[in-house]
Amino acid sequence: MTLATARGEKYAADFKALTESRPVADWMAELRQRGWDHFDSIGFPTARRGNELWKYTNLAALDQGQFEFQLDEPDAVSADVLRERAPWSDDWSTLVFVDGGYSEALSQVSADDGVQVLNLADAANNESLQKNLAKHAATDENAFSALNTAFLADGGFVQIPDNHEDASPIHLLFVTTPGGFRATYPRTLVVAGTNSRSTVIESYISLGDEGGFTAPVAEYVLNPGSGIDHYRVLVENEASFHIGNTRVYQLDNSTFTSTSFALGPKIGRNDVHVLLDAPGAECTINGLYLTTNRQHMDNHISTTHAKPHGTSHQFFKGVLSGNSRAVFSGRVLVEKDAQKTQAYQKDLNLILSHGAEIDTKPSLEIYADDVQCAHGATAGHTDPEALFYMQARGIDEVTAQAMLMRGFASEIVDMICVDGLQDFVHGVVEEAIPRLQAAAD
Amino acid sequence: MLQVNDLHASVVDADEEILKGLSLSIGAGEVHAIMGPNGSGKSTFANVLLGRPDYVVNSGTVTFDDEDILEMFPEQRALRGMFLAFQYPAEIPGVRPWQFLKAALDARREYAGEKALSVRDFSKLFDDKVKEVGIDPDLVKRSLNEGFSGGEKKRNEMLQLEMLEPRLAILDETDSGLDVDALRIVAEGVNNLRSPDRSFLIVTHYQRLLNYIKPDVVHILVDGRIVESGGPDLAMSVENHGYEQYIKAAVAD
Repeated sequence: MTLATARGEKYAADFKALTESRPVADWMAELRQRGWDHFDSIGFPTARRGNELWKYTNLAALDQGQFEFQLDEPDAVSADVLRERAPWSDDWSTLVFVDGGYSEALSQVSADDGVQVLNLADAANNESLQKNLAKHAATDENAFSALNTAFLADGGFVQIPDNHEDASPIHLLFVTTPGGFRATYPRTLVVAGTNSRSTVIESYISLGDEGGFTAPVAEYVLNPGSGIDHYRVLVENEASFHIGNTRVYQLDNSTFTSTSFALGPKIGRNDVHVLLDAPGAECTINGLYLTTNRQHMDNHISTTHAKPHGTSHQFFKGVLSGNSRAVFSGRVLVEKDAQKTQAYQKDLNLILSHGAEIDTKPSLEIYADDVQCAHGATAGHTDPEALFYMQARGIDEVTAQAMLMRGFASEIVDMICVDGLQDFVHGVVEEAIPRLQAAAD
Repeated sequence: MLQVNDLHASVVDADEEILKGLSLSIGAGEVHAIMGPNGSGKSTFANVLLGRPDYVVNSGTVTFDDEDILEMFPEQRALRGMFLAFQYPAEIPGVRPWQFLKAALDARREYAGEKALSVRDFSKLFDDKVKEVGIDPDLVKRSLNEGFSGGEKKRNEMLQLEMLEPRLAILDETDSGLDVDALRIVAEGVNNLRSPDRSFLIVTHYQRLLNYIKPDVVHILVDGRIVESGGPDLAMSVENHGYEQYIKAAVAD
């Protein structure tokens, strides 16, 4: 079946233009075609009844096909603007992508004993890339990973050698520029060698106010004994669509620790699947989301324990105001062989307005008999006892509420162990607090 | 300093009144104690004075330094120098005690037209007071009141009292749940702060705390009204004979 809508034609035309103007190695071209074929056959998901994974997320607006895939050189972005608007440190290795395209001029990579931080399109001959790309985020898994794969071009490829110990941050920064309605498909692959340590930051930042459509896919492969500290920062404008897919594949005794932060998009989705495919693997997926006005933010977090002695944590917090809506759908699947699994899920929400809504759904699906699992979720308004207590000390209500919001958020923000990044997120939270308060009631 | 005249108050949305015509007057430098049986309205009175939104004042007047405070927000009362040491201090997740106190002190100094203390000056003052009140320094690195024991919460209230130096401190059953050592610390805190221009209103069920803090005036509160006022001896009389006689008298009214 071919998409007959205007939207379908638009994406088909973009795909054709890309394959003609940006040829890639045969194996990548094949991936592109597979991605396109799959997207072409299924189209975007709809928020209809019975479509459990998408029932809360209305994507009808994507139908308008108004977003431009950019083949030309992106608009120039100054390094100063990046430093001001995005997380940045000269101590990090940073790859910068502007409107989807790799910018060598803005990127800063310090060569470091065997660590490879490359633009994906320039690494087509890399064996590890060939072996791992699109293996864990399957092209036929959903429309967005299919679409992302169809538009494979630039992206971040990070290879950490075995036994590498210096975990100084590697930053993959994807920005969209003002002045257009861009469609971008950022792609990331990180492969951590045996017993290596690394820190990887993915940031998605809009520099303008026009809406955009960003559909990133990131794959993380953790070889035995490796550890990745992962951060995902989403700060987009209120007209944007962001549908992100992250797939994590973990082998023996590896540790994936992830903290995400989301502010902004009109519709945002953070889809994370972790497969603990060998004994003793551990993953922690934490996150903070702030929503207001008519924003919608989804976190779909799923962890599969396939082998014994695994540990997983999911801990999310949300602050919601205005008529915004958020979804936390946390799933832990403990397969029959995954004895001695420990799994914990928690989603806590602070609701500032009557129009805001959280749909929180932590769920455990357990087929092993010797496991330790717990989950919980809460949604509550600002504690009136706490407010009165603070007011009785001379702190006015607005300041008191801001302190409570900051305190609530800080539990997640304080988990960020990269200094410059923690400051950045703190700053974004500080700026967001008055905006959320303005829409509170 | 504080004038309360024929105060009637009830819980929001409830018909029955808790305070049924309470009057008292506290002068500068005086220490008053309010004693009464459970349910007499002691805590309600303490909370109404600071404007807790759970209560509504039906009639009567309350002035602080001749200013009508009943229409004021709690923070406006606090900035004018009123302080309530809570019976059950709220837990404030994610807010450290020093952040909280810095915000409170900054607000107070701004209201008084003074410059905010620098972080360094504030930290020094804070550390000194923490030591003085005998709070475990590890405790103040945690979220305010979260996971604090009853005694730790009360000490923390005393820390705030000493830092904020109010002109009228209302202690709402600060002695409940305290062992003798903690009681002494509370009493010492209050006694150190006694001065000709600072007043105290100590709300308590038992006479015990008054062994350590000598009040100028003791009031007996029964069924929302003050039924008797007197000197420190009145507290001893309650200790020996209980509230029975006052309750009977109130019912006979």
